[in-house]
Amino acid sequence: MATSFEKVVSLARKNSIWPLPFATSCCGIEFMATMASHYDLARFGSERVGFSPRQCDLLMVMGTIAKKMGPVVRQVYLQMAEPRWVMAVGACASSGGIFDTYSVLQGIDQVIPVDVYVPGCPPRPEAIIDGILKIQDLVHAEGLRRRNSDQYKELLAGYGIQ
Amino acid sequence: MLTFAAPKDMNLKVLQFLYDEESLSFRFMTDLQAVHYPDRIGEELCVVYHLHNLRDNVRIRFKVYTDVQAPDVFSTTALFAAANFMERETYDFFGVNFVGHPNLIRVLNVDEMDYFPLRKEFPLEDQTRVDKDDEMFGR
Repeated sequence: MATSFEKVVSLARKNSIWPLPFATSCCGIEFMATMASHYDLARFGSERVGFSPRQCDLLMVMGTIAKKMGPVVRQVYLQMAEPRWVMAVGACASSGGIFDTYSVLQGIDQVIPVDVYVPGCPPRPEAIIDGILKIQDLVHAEGLRRRNSDQYKELLAGYGIQ
Repeated sequence: MLTFAAPKDMNLKVLQFLYDEESLSFRFMTDLQAVHYPDRIGEELCVVYHLHNLRDNVRIRFKVYTDVQAPDVFSTTALFAAANFMERETYDFFGVNFVGHPNLIRVLNVDEMDYFPLRKEFPLEDQTRVDKDDEMFGR
């Protein structure tokens, strides 16, 4: 089979994404259903949920992030090694949701860059799987060294990350 | 439930009496918080103490009122250790300055917060957003 090295690596990456669940509320419960036998996230190569940011590729932020929790999310993101992706699951993580109030971060994209937003309050497991597939498309399509591109560096600089 | 108020500089004396008097013995502080009444000039902030007599299972509510311009109320931490965190929380949200509190700093909100969010003059919604405008969200 003739192919390029880059394609092989992309294929391997997209089908072995290790998610890091950052679950603070009900969207996390939906993610538990997504992982379990009925919806079976393992079909997409993501059954290995890691609880160390050092090992994981995909930060899944699920639930309301209070302003006091914002620096924690950021810290977890900074501890992840490249290549890394971020998924905001549910209305709260994406935009603050119904919690339009002084104590809640109005979307995690105020502190870290987000690749895929999953709508819903909470989203059904199908929606979370759809988000995972969108992440897989991203992983497949982007080059081996996204982190070296000027656009990516500019994005991270926009968040004050070296 | 029996509710009564007293001048704010009397609060320690009243609470001490309720605690010491054998026939009263309100020795458990179940709750402490504040209420903001912006229309009551000169007594905008109300600090509410909820006390419990565990022996006779009787509860009582005690209020003191203070001017929002000088929200100084004596701390009850010397009498009730439980008041420590509750006074911090009340300071955090209403800005009541509990005189004599050992560590009166914010407890629930972010440290950088520069206002007291449960005072009525501050809208509930986060005012830093630009994408939720009045037209679309009916603020």
